[in-house]
Amino acid sequence: MAAVTPDQLHDHHHGPTGLMRWITTTNHKDIGTMYLIFSFIMFLAGGVMALTIRAELFSPGLQVVEPELFNQLTTLHGLVMVFGAIMPAFVGFANWMIPLMIGASDMAFARMNNWSFWLLPPAAILLIGSFFVPGGATAAGWTLYPPLSIQMGMGMDMAIFAVHIMGISSIMGAINIVVTILNMRAPGMTMMKMPLFCWTWLITAYLLIAVMPVLAGAVTMLLTDRHFGTSFFNAAGGGDPVLYQHIFWFFGHPEVYIMILPAFGIVSQIIPTFARKPLFGYASMVYATSSIAILSFVVWAHHMFTTGMPTAGQLFFMYATLLIAVPTGVKVFNWIATMWRGSMTFETPMLWATGFIFVFTMGGFTGLICAIAPIDIQIHDTYYVVAHFHYVLVAGSLFALFAGAYYWLPKWTGRMPDEKIGKLHFWCSLIFFNITFFPMHFLGLAGMPRRVPDYALQFADFNMLASIGAFGFGLSQLIFLWVVIKAARGQGEKATARSWEAAEGLEWTVPSPAPHHTFEEVPVVK
Amino acid sequence: MSHALDKYFIPEPSKYPIYGSIALLLFGSGAVMWLNRVDGGALVFFLGIALLIYMMFGWFGQVVKESETGQYSKRVDVSFRWSMGWFIFSEVMFFAAFFGALFYARVLSVPWLATGENFELLWPQFTDSSWPTAGPLAYEAFTPMGAWGIPAFNTLLLLTSGATLTWAHHALLKNDRATLKKGLLLTILLGVIFLGFQMYEYFHAYSDLNLRMDSGIYGSTFYLLTGFHGLHVTIGAIMLTVMYFRINAGHFTPKNHFAFEATAWYWHFVDVVWLFLFVVVYWL
Repeated sequence: MAAVTPDQLHDHHHGPTGLMRWITTTNHKDIGTMYLIFSFIMFLAGGVMALTIRAELFSPGLQVVEPELFNQLTTLHGLVMVFGAIMPAFVGFANWMIPLMIGASDMAFARMNNWSFWLLPPAAILLIGSFFVPGGATAAGWTLYPPLSIQMGMGMDMAIFAVHIMGISSIMGAINIVVTILNMRAPGMTMMKMPLFCWTWLITAYLLIAVMPVLAGAVTMLLTDRHFGTSFFNAAGGGDPVLYQHIFWFFGHPEVYIMILPAFGIVSQIIPTFARKPLFGYASMVYATSSIAILSFVVWAHHMFTTGMPTAGQLFFMYATLLIAVPTGVKVFNWIATMWRGSMTFETPMLWATGFIFVFTMGGFTGLICAIAPIDIQIHDTYYVVAHFHYVLVAGSLFALFAGAYYWLPKWTGRMPDEKIGKLHFWCSLIFFNITFFPMHFLGLAGMPRRVPDYALQFADFNMLASIGAFGFGLSQLIFLWVVIKAARGQGEKATARSWEAAEGLEWTVPSPAPHHTFEEVPVVK
Repeated sequence: MSHALDKYFIPEPSKYPIYGSIALLLFGSGAVMWLNRVDGGALVFFLGIALLIYMMFGWFGQVVKESETGQYSKRVDVSFRWSMGWFIFSEVMFFAAFFGALFYARVLSVPWLATGENFELLWPQFTDSSWPTAGPLAYEAFTPMGAWGIPAFNTLLLLTSGATLTWAHHALLKNDRATLKKGLLLTILLGVIFLGFQMYEYFHAYSDLNLRMDSGIYGSTFYLLTGFHGLHVTIGAIMLTVMYFRINAGHFTPKNHFAFEATAWYWHFVDVVWLFLFVVVYWL
């Protein structure tokens, strides 16, 4: 190995400074940081929409917003959280951590990586800007079902182009990640030695490349139905609105795993560290992840049990969906087996990871309940479904994102996260999350429909409880901002290279904070 | 093992991505304005396209320069190969959505409309579920596009263009630049003739057959499938033309010519899509 020159040790970067540095950067750490900041801003934006919704639902009757605006907020809350917050946040983690984990000097296509990120702000401008055009934002729900989405005003067109731009960004980002993992691993870093986070992202990226173009096709058909006289979703012309649902959910169900598989990866990194044991069943984790990805292509119509599909179809999609519980169960089993007789400590990342297992598994179980066609026909489009997918998306994806953020914050900032404030963030989030979403199960079972600004009196108590929880949850997230700002400003305990006692992996062999350029000399993995 | 030789090319900071982002923002918002009859929409739209073209020239030009000055190692070449393969896979999935819509209409929605409960309730007069159809509310008759005229000839053109491109590629491998240019020019020519026929076919469909985009589900699937395919042929032909200019400029060696190869992959992909189109859109 060549001698390390002082120049290489210096934490330097070339090229423009100031704002232009961030606009033109080709550095995976800069781009990862921008992804994370962008996703947090979108998380707050989507959160404000959610809190407006919960304020309206605090009591029966209409108090805060008009029904039209309520529907727009519901729609944009979904779109912003899915495409603006959760997905970019995971891509931010991928950008920061995958090169560090596999010993690569950067992503395979560093310039394209920059474009993947910088396409997101234009998409966000189109989405958020659509509130301010005549007719307002689209109010068709985040799934943009026709015929509603055919009838909306220009806000709907803005959403369509926003989806297109985000799709281009996702596909380029996914290709970049796949190629980085397949082609940029350090010598000795075989596929089956890779950290599980890289494996889950490899499979996620494959899913993205496979289904984002399908979504592009679906919204293109919406656009031509709206403006060019086609009849894809118009029965009078021989089409079918249900066709849209098929195409959308062919994208939509893999999309669900796009948002959870990287979360599995993060949790699989954290649990071994704080249980001080290697991950139990590494190979089975890889196979389980692949099985989930493959199965995700044959379950889409479980979102559509009430569209009047043939019984044979209902049975097929029901059983295929239930099958997914098997690989998911393998994962949960492996996490628990990793902790079994480990020397466990509960620093903030571990709290989030164990909290994730507990609450995400509840969401998984309600998913099984929703998958059973006869039950789903009762609870379709009720708050039960809202409760279910917030248990997997908030307590699943988001909790794992927080777990990962606390875990790698020392690597990003060079400072340990403040344990006291971090733990406060965790407990507030966990408690308020359950206060918000647990009552929604009861509301749904009692028949309260989703996406309504007003409801019958018997739903009042649980809704009030959920709204109180939602505001508590929303405010709790500011605690996270406090932890991050503190660490980023260089306050708190200095982090060592291996910030956590038993942390394994190449990312812990570089200093904290990670220098601007890492692994310019390719490391060799034994 | 010498790691110095393994050093992977990382580009300098670049302004092209942000140009691309601004271009797509203008393109998208311009399109929204134009479609909703807001003044200046078309202007913003074309401004976006112009900026996009400028960005592509600059960006791809830089890539070509980096490649020709030998900054790309073997490993970068492998990255390009993987990425082109995955990009074509994403294109396959894009077309799959439209083929899926076609199959859904032909196998499910149209027969349901003609024989299901709608039969008595909504459109009792709509009993013929045979394809092609414009659906139950078709108020204007149209003639479907036959398969054995222009489309069959176009199939022949594209298949031949695939062969001439392979011919050119083999010439490149043998460093026979004259044959390479001949084969490539022939391929571009065949592609352009294909596009010409395709445009004539649309003209013919609108003026003689009354087959339009609003001719129900048949018109929808016909125009979107053939239209997106035509767009891809156009892109492929532009890529081939760029390859021609690069060859004239002395680029590519028998060992190092992935840009050419990637273009060939893309062209063959477009070819295969056409074969599916010919069978399920025109013929059956």
